[in-house]
Amino acid sequence: MLKALKLEPEKCTGCLQCEMACSFENTGAFNPAKSRIKVFTFHDEGRFAPYTCTQCDEAWCMHACPVEAIVLNMATGSKDVLSDVCVGCKVCTIACPFGTVNYEADTGKVVKCDLCGGDPWCSKACPTGAITYVSADESGMERMRAWAQQAPRTAGAQPNPPKAKEVQVFNIPQQGGH
Amino acid sequence: MSWTGKVLRVNLTEGTCKPEPLNMEWAQQYLGQRGLATKYLVEEIDPKVDALSPENVMIMTTGPLTGTMASTGGRYSVVTKSPLTGCIACSNSGGFIGAEIKAAGWDMIIYEGKSPKPVYLYLENETAELRSAEHLWGKSVWDTHEMLHKENQDPELKIACVGRSAEQGNLYSAIVNDMHRAAGRSGVGTVMASKNLKALACRGTRGVGNFKDPMRFLQATEQGKKVLAENAVTGQGLPTYGTQVLMNVINEMGAMPTRNMREVQFEGAHKISGEAMHEPRESDGQPNLSTNGACFACTIACGRISTIDPQHFSIKDKPEYHKASGGLEYEAAWALGSNTGVDDIDALTYAQFLCNEDGMDPITLGATISAAMELYEMGAITTADTDGLEIPFGSAEALVKLTELTAKGEGFGKVLGLGSRRLCEKYGHPDISMTVKSQEFPAYDPRGIQGMGLAYATSNRGACHLRGYTVSSEVLGIPEKTDPLTTDGKAELVKAFQDATAAVDSAGLCVFTTFAWGMDDIAPQIDAACEGDWTTEKLLEVGERIWNMERDFNLKAGMTAADDTLPKRLRKDAAKVGPAEGRVNDLDVMLPKYYEVRGWTTSGELMPETRERLGL
Repeated sequence: MLKALKLEPEKCTGCLQCEMACSFENTGAFNPAKSRIKVFTFHDEGRFAPYTCTQCDEAWCMHACPVEAIVLNMATGSKDVLSDVCVGCKVCTIACPFGTVNYEADTGKVVKCDLCGGDPWCSKACPTGAITYVSADESGMERMRAWAQQAPRTAGAQPNPPKAKEVQVFNIPQQGGH
Repeated sequence: MSWTGKVLRVNLTEGTCKPEPLNMEWAQQYLGQRGLATKYLVEEIDPKVDALSPENVMIMTTGPLTGTMASTGGRYSVVTKSPLTGCIACSNSGGFIGAEIKAAGWDMIIYEGKSPKPVYLYLENETAELRSAEHLWGKSVWDTHEMLHKENQDPELKIACVGRSAEQGNLYSAIVNDMHRAAGRSGVGTVMASKNLKALACRGTRGVGNFKDPMRFLQATEQGKKVLAENAVTGQGLPTYGTQVLMNVINEMGAMPTRNMREVQFEGAHKISGEAMHEPRESDGQPNLSTNGACFACTIACGRISTIDPQHFSIKDKPEYHKASGGLEYEAAWALGSNTGVDDIDALTYAQFLCNEDGMDPITLGATISAAMELYEMGAITTADTDGLEIPFGSAEALVKLTELTAKGEGFGKVLGLGSRRLCEKYGHPDISMTVKSQEFPAYDPRGIQGMGLAYATSNRGACHLRGYTVSSEVLGIPEKTDPLTTDGKAELVKAFQDATAAVDSAGLCVFTTFAWGMDDIAPQIDAACEGDWTTEKLLEVGERIWNMERDFNLKAGMTAADDTLPKRLRKDAAKVGPAEGRVNDLDVMLPKYYEVRGWTTSGELMPETRERLGL
């Protein structure tokens, strides 16, 4: 099963545990400046939002790279930067519509999320469940459930739901009648 | 080894910034942050120095766990001599600046002297520059943040700065970082402004590494976070209600100081409580609380992010205050609310915003306004003193107006900016200043919580709850329940809390973790990070050493045992209602015993054997 990072900004408190976990896994130091996942604070709105690479299927960064330094990891679906191949030309950073591939001046290479090879540290470190690692096919499931739950109410059709025995979902006449 | 091993020494008179190695021998004896910076301070200044003279030194300091994944590992402190109290000042703040200083590669920044002109310190990793702040002088904290972000074209720059109150000589000015976190108490911001230092703007990209045992550190901090998540206070109470979870609890037990501490219960407590912050309001259907927010690395996330009712009289025509920002914590809600008799949550939130915007300690501000309201009620001050304002207890309009005046140091606000002791002395009634060593009380009436009376009287920075929070034991039963109305065992209890807190502060952790963590949860985290052998026993010894060092500084600065006292009101006027009805604080019973368990003489001086035992 292919998995993906699922980000739920409404659960984020802005603590940066994810950034520290990411930077520690990748650099050996707690260093939010080197994190591949970033938490943004929208102060005036009282809102926090984590953001990182979504691992596009048709990955623009991968297609743009002139030296084929970005490759598909078949096991995880992530697009990984081969550091020893990367020439630091930054074309991928321009190609990425989301800004999640970034150049690192210290090393002269680009870095991006590689899902930690299938065990992302950011999701393990998140204390509130704002970052989870779930089936890629079901990342919208919880939001669908939330909307589904609201649906009858927003439609205003049945403010007092009928009792269960009165509900005939498929309108099939009950057997043994008359 | 978790310390960076580097200190930045900034001489403001000379305009120089020089690196020097951290004294690692002291680091083993004082750990970091509060303890280690205080050691530097006591070695470098004359305790009798005028706090607002260039001879005073101010230190911004991190701890060994600051900037790490240890939960709440983002704290920094400002250590200096206080202009409000004349004692040691050590004000602790969360937010993000502490971790940024550490990630830039510095354990502490020592500021000496006084700049001839306003400057700010720009610190980017190894680059440290004093830059002109003449264009920032006269600006609020919020404007300073915005201007520094813009002119440096770096929204990630972390900033700690003073507002207009500090520039105007308000004696309880805070240093505010990240818009609404503050090194709040004892006037550390006033010291900063006296040095013509407007701000620190910091960017650190080196990170924090070099641990004694990185894998053990990850395991220990992981275990610590689990304990916090599973604890009812740190896992549920604080994230949901913030420190405001206490408002109704403390009111119920008759320990809610009300109307300048004349009373012990506030009839309007439920209107300004953590629960009330969740209630949708009529005008726009929004609750006061927008969300909870965390400081760096904190898995508790007690911070309140709030909005004010856009229809409220205080901000109706001021759209700049319609945005979300740091809201009411318990201490602010109490000092600005119950203590002034104001139960209007939007007025309190606005006053809190102003405290953030211009850097004022809301506890001392609220308590000083309360004292002014009592003086007004007594007729000791009149509208002739207050720029024509009527300032009875319970007036939200008065609270709002007086806060505005004090934030800018205008009119009667200039007098209020001196704090309640100087205010009450000026008008001939020193007895109604509710202070210890000239610093105002926090939100726990010591008639209903006896141990807190002793903690206040002996606190090294004047009245304070964060120097020995026996409320944990006396109210919440952490680590074990003691009777809040008895004095038995309180001397030992206060000492234990004071020593442990000094160690927690010095690590760079938040004291709120101790609702769930004992020293046995903390020691493994420090031990995995730091060189040396950091056991619970050693941490408590370090805490005791720090406490005695601070005490020694205060004695040399001129304090005596006579200053270890409480206002007459709390020792003579019994509580009129609630569980503590008929009680005063029995400080006289507890204090001699406390001196004894501290190893001090009957006049509160360190005995030679105590000095020797602690290596002082």
